[in-house]
Amino acid sequence: MNPVILNKVAKHYRLDSVDVPALADINLEIHPQRFTVLSGPSGSGKTTLLNLIGCVDRPDSGEIIVAGEPVLALKDDALSDFRARRIGFIFQNFNLLPVLSAYENVEYPLLLNKTPPKQRRERVLSLLDAVGLADRARNRPGQLSGGQRQRVAIARALATEPTLVLADEPTANLDSHTGDAIIQLMRKMQRELKVTFVFSSHDPQVLAEADDVVSIRDGRITEIRRQEDVQ
Amino acid sequence: MNTFKLALRNLLRNHRRSLTTLLAMTIGAVSILLFGGYARNINYGLQTGYVQHSGHLQIQHKDYFLYGSGNPAAYGIRNYQHVIEVVKNDPVLAPMLTVVTPVLSLGGIGGNFAAGVSRTVVGSGVLVDDQNRMRLWNDYDFPLHPKKLALTGTAPDSAVIGTGVARVLQLCGPLKVKNCPQAQVAVASGADAPSDIAALSDQERVQDAAPTDTSPRIELLAANAHGAPNVASLKVVKAESQGVKEFDDLYVGLHLPQAQRLVYGAEQPQATAIAIQLKHTSQIPAATARLDALLGTTLKSEPLEVHDYATLNPSYGQITGMFSAIFGFIAILIGAIVLFTVGNTMSMAVVERTVEIGTLRAIGLRRGGIRRLFVTEGLLLGAIGAVLGVLVSLALAYLVNHGGLTWTPPGNSDPVPLTVRVWGEVPMIIGTAIGLMVVAVISAWWPARRAAKLEIVEALRHV
Ligand SMILES: Nc1ncnc2c1ncn2[C@@H]1O[C@H](COP(=O)(O)OP(=O)(O)OP(=O)(O)O)[C@@H](O)[C@H]1O
Ligand SMILES: [Mg+2]
Repeated sequence: MNPVILNKVAKHYRLDSVDVPALADINLEIHPQRFTVLSGPSGSGKTTLLNLIGCVDRPDSGEIIVAGEPVLALKDDALSDFRARRIGFIFQNFNLLPVLSAYENVEYPLLLNKTPPKQRRERVLSLLDAVGLADRARNRPGQLSGGQRQRVAIARALATEPTLVLADEPTANLDSHTGDAIIQLMRKMQRELKVTFVFSSHDPQVLAEADDVVSIRDGRITEIRRQEDVQ
Repeated sequence: MNTFKLALRNLLRNHRRSLTTLLAMTIGAVSILLFGGYARNINYGLQTGYVQHSGHLQIQHKDYFLYGSGNPAAYGIRNYQHVIEVVKNDPVLAPMLTVVTPVLSLGGIGGNFAAGVSRTVVGSGVLVDDQNRMRLWNDYDFPLHPKKLALTGTAPDSAVIGTGVARVLQLCGPLKVKNCPQAQVAVASGADAPSDIAALSDQERVQDAAPTDTSPRIELLAANAHGAPNVASLKVVKAESQGVKEFDDLYVGLHLPQAQRLVYGAEQPQATAIAIQLKHTSQIPAATARLDALLGTTLKSEPLEVHDYATLNPSYGQITGMFSAIFGFIAILIGAIVLFTVGNTMSMAVVERTVEIGTLRAIGLRRGGIRRLFVTEGLLLGAIGAVLGVLVSLALAYLVNHGGLTWTPPGNSDPVPLTVRVWGEVPMIIGTAIGLMVVAVISAWWPARRAAKLEIVEALRHV
């Protein structure tokens, strides 16, 4: 089963009594264990779509099924728990908790998940090791570079072994060299852990790494190019 | 990483703002505790004064308190010695008692007929040894040096008068009273004293007067048990200030047997009150209950009732009530200040950390978790503020108490050391600390609710 299914999803914003259509008639299935990129010009609706997939926003109409769960039926607390279990987030601005060390940031979702301490520790250490920050575990985000922070964020997003990891322009705040390294790291982790990755980008470097590319323009999907189709 | 640790770190993150907030709370707690300690001290000081002079409880003839003062003839306790025996030997009461002693109050006229002056007075007949033992009561450890009664060791016909009485009776000179202006009004000479009173007085004096004594004498005229006038000639050994002017102008202290002879003559002597001093003030309810039980059974033959010192001295309740009102006012004022300070701090924190709130919600923290986080921060601020406040108050109280300051409490004639009681006042300390924390939590509640209600997407977009 596909981890994300969207059926006739539409969303608009109201700005001073003017309707701003953000998404219209979105029908999309994300295939499992793929590296899917949402691509499109600024203002096309990438962030809006990712927010809907990530269950942090609700559409005006349509149906959204994530990991087999019709999430629109869930109440707020259940939805929070669902996100904690199933979805990892990577943000453009890293969004680490500044008062927590790298270790504690990665550990946080596991605490929400009530993972037993021993397991928690093993998981955090192995993830920090995998993103190459085993020696910076005690550092707080303020003491880390942008690239290092995003690595911590990747480890945090993967901590609970989610079905789905979402990343909204994860390299936009990094120089191209660091951005490349981050993309490579995500690619590696995605393959090793067999997670489904969805992220938005207009970086050609990123598009080149993608399995599937979903093109959006003015809130509508204009093209879905999948790996099989490419081959 | 539990909520507590996270909240603490968030407070430390903006330590300047947290410190300012803490400072406001500490100052608030200190003002409450120091004023509370001062009020407590006054309360204990007054209590100690009353208890040393008239005991915790008094057994009186029913209605004496309302209608009978100054009328020992109608409201005396006939069997007072028996009552005292019963009280002293009661197995429940005995362990609580320090002193049980009879007192006879009588209204009369004090006259210095040699100078042709007289005035109404209130005589107080006491057992000197018992009274001296009552003066030793110091359950609140005041730095007091108990003075013995001036009547101690004096002849049976001796008296001590208030300086006000001495002033009116023109005895300031012989009694060496300072600051005692003499009236300018011309008064009649002693030769004009009514002959019948002089005769009565002379009869009395024959019995025990030492002719060589140079102490001034006064005549105390009172109604006896049958309503006829009787006179005692008293040797005034000292004039003593009684603190409160109204009382100072009336007071004549004398030995109980002398007072009894004046009122009851050769008949069975009575007392108007039995003063009961307990080891601790906290024993009043238990002792009262037991006394009521005794008065209803063993001692049923006479209509008696029990009053505590607060009832007998209405000014006690008035003074402590006034301090409670001021204390309440200060507490409310400071509560309001803390409410707004903490509320403001937490509101700023919520705005600053909007993106963080969105992030936490996105990765799966429930609304309740966000609320708990901010409320915990408020609680921590309150708790730290309370602890600091208590510590600073204790330190300041120590400095005040060892600073050698003195003051004269209402109704006292001598200055006493100024002390504030914070140390050991556990209910007050805990009450203030909990109050502060409750206020801090309440003021954190609204910002916390606002934080929890944020839409995730909006919060994440916040710049
Ligand atoms: N909170 C909002 N209120 C009003 N309009 C909004 C809001 N969020 C997004 N929009 C509008 O919805 C449309 C889609 O926005 P969205 O942020 O999804 O675009 P995007 O593809 O992520 O753009 P970018 O590449 O610049 O991040 C835009 O026209 C935007 O102006
Ligand atoms: Mg965007």
